[in-house]
Amino acid sequence: MEHQCDIIEEILRKYPNATRDALVPILQDVQNACGCLSREAVIRIGAYLRLPASSIYGVATFYNQFRFRPTGKYHILVCRGTSCHVKGASSLLLLLRGKLGIREDGVPAEDGLFSLEAVPCIGACGLGPVMSVNGKLYAGIDSEKKLDAVLEECRKLKDLEGGTVQ
Amino acid sequence: MFEISVNNRNVEAEPGETILSALTRAGIEVPTLCHMKKLTPTGACRICVVELEGMAGLVPSCSTPVEAGMRIFTNSPRVIEARKLIIELLLADHPDDCLYCVRSGSCRLQKLAQDYGVRERIFPPRRRENTLDTASPAIVFDQSKCILCGKCVRTCSEIQKVFAIEFTGRGSNMRVSPAFHDSLNVSSCICCGQCISVCPTGALREKSSLNEVTAALADPAVYPVIQYAPAVSVSLAEEFGMKPGADLSSVLNAALRRLGFRRVFDSAFSADLTVMEEAAELVARLGNGTALPMFTSCSPAWVKFVEEFYPEFLPNLSSCKSPQSMLGALIKSRFAELEELDPRRIFSVSAMPCTAKKFEAERPEIGRDGMADIDAVLTTRELVRLIRMGGIDFEHLDPEAADPPFGERSTAGKLFGASGGVMEAVLRTVHRFLTGKELKSLKVDQVRGSDGLREMKFRIGGTELGVAVVNGVGNARALLDQLKAGRRDLHFVEVMACPGGCAAGGGQPINVMENDRLRARVNSLYASDQGESLRTAHDNCAVQRLYRDFLQKPNSAIAMRLLHTGYEKRDVPL
Repeated sequence: MEHQCDIIEEILRKYPNATRDALVPILQDVQNACGCLSREAVIRIGAYLRLPASSIYGVATFYNQFRFRPTGKYHILVCRGTSCHVKGASSLLLLLRGKLGIREDGVPAEDGLFSLEAVPCIGACGLGPVMSVNGKLYAGIDSEKKLDAVLEECRKLKDLEGGTVQ
Repeated sequence: MFEISVNNRNVEAEPGETILSALTRAGIEVPTLCHMKKLTPTGACRICVVELEGMAGLVPSCSTPVEAGMRIFTNSPRVIEARKLIIELLLADHPDDCLYCVRSGSCRLQKLAQDYGVRERIFPPRRRENTLDTASPAIVFDQSKCILCGKCVRTCSEIQKVFAIEFTGRGSNMRVSPAFHDSLNVSSCICCGQCISVCPTGALREKSSLNEVTAALADPAVYPVIQYAPAVSVSLAEEFGMKPGADLSSVLNAALRRLGFRRVFDSAFSADLTVMEEAAELVARLGNGTALPMFTSCSPAWVKFVEEFYPEFLPNLSSCKSPQSMLGALIKSRFAELEELDPRRIFSVSAMPCTAKKFEAERPEIGRDGMADIDAVLTTRELVRLIRMGGIDFEHLDPEAADPPFGERSTAGKLFGASGGVMEAVLRTVHRFLTGKELKSLKVDQVRGSDGLREMKFRIGGTELGVAVVNGVGNARALLDQLKAGRRDLHFVEVMACPGGCAAGGGQPINVMENDRLRARVNSLYASDQGESLRTAHDNCAVQRLYRDFLQKPNSAIAMRLLHTGYEKRDVPL
């Protein structure tokens, strides 16, 4: 917690004399650094910008981009745009939920490795159905085999890092 | 001034005003749902659309400025069709439970559906998930009935400047909510209930205590007593088809006895007592110069506001309990003792113009030995329901007096219902305390009125007091910020959380600000002050008797124990 507070203070220092215009950039910076917007972060940013917590929460919930709970180590976005939908995005989504044991979008599965979010168009309509993992785009995921390959890649990466999931 | 044509008739309009404002002045009614007088229009609900010649689409009259030569049609078939469609769309995700809704009869959406002849559901129901928030002691928030007009959000932020609620989410997921989708109960909500007063539907309502009260009235083992606030007695008349503002105290006493209350007390009596305690406290603070200016503490929403937003001013709040809580404490101590009653048998009800009083009654300090002083608080609206349920007809009731020992009051206590009333009542008594003489003119003109912030210099003997009267916590912020910045010329400040004071409280009959009812109520309070002879709290014999026999003197040890309290900083997301 201490650590997160320091990160937020450091970000705020980059915005001296900021007004409400700086709200969205600050929210983006904090989310990038901390993974999500915690309650404490929202209240601290509000105190800094002299904005009520309710207003900040209102702005942050307006955009799909902002999250209030930490994601898994690998955060998967599945495109739900029209073009991907036609190419079978909804079955991809169902398949993913089942495979990863995801109960609620945005909340990591029990192992903490993956989290999943369905989003409006990612902007790669010619390549559907598309998904992205931590920002890296995977195109044409139209079979279970291709999906498994992507997930396997992530798991291997994790093993290579030997990292534990936070 | 120029002319515009409305429905082929000429109507005068002023440059810069909106079409709606010109139409309203000309007596042409246009329905609105999101419109709020004196605030910037948002044009959110579109129900006020009119047809404007030369424009392809209909325009919202609330947010379109008038221009010379405009030709407007307010009820052409196209307009009617559009409004009807808007209502049908609003009803698409609205529950069909009008029969069970507390706002049936005072619901704007219901009235519009009636007026525009919506007789069947044309869109398949699309219900939002049930997100009923009942955790607050004062306010129930029923998302399923919300039409997202935004009036509650604007009242909370732009008028009261509390910012407890905001629009969250986007599109079909949008809803009104406190930060983090918390419950109102743990938000910065001060329970003032002004959101309820402006809500066009039943989405916001008070947390009702009627069931507890009717159960207590029916239980022979329980000894039910009731007190009612000054503002309540002047706000009931219009609900029963009588002249708005008429003071019904004496018939209300009779009605409450018919309903089964064993004793009926007047909170204006304990308002007199508050005056005595608060005047003595002010005199003491003026003497030693500490914690000035002193703030009144009768308004529980204002107290909560200070606890949350300006904890540095907690020492400035008067330690006096509100009249409700003073009387509550006396009922379960002095009254129980006199009547040889077990205080735990007493069910103490209060009827208040206020939703925050429900919150106040639940404060742990308001009671002793694990026993609450006030068992249930009814808003004026709930009291109206209770009286209707009891089949009471005011026309057939003879006037009765409130019960001793807490039934006698001066008009000073009665003035608590008006913004500036506590100030005026306390100044009369402070003058007496400091000089030993009565004020030459008991009427203190400068503190009367309806402005959100009024200030004056008040001379008592050789000293000049700076006093201020504030109504609406939004207006209090400006003053508090001045004090924070070092302003030192004020000694006593009255703050009522609701704009318009208790007479326009969040528990009052709906639509108070829409007509002259507020003025009628306040005029009624001032008329009784003009017309009666007992006009100062310190001359109230019942109050004098209570001090002689029980409390000794203002701010005595026993008075401090029963009638005073403390406050603490509240940690809520601001």
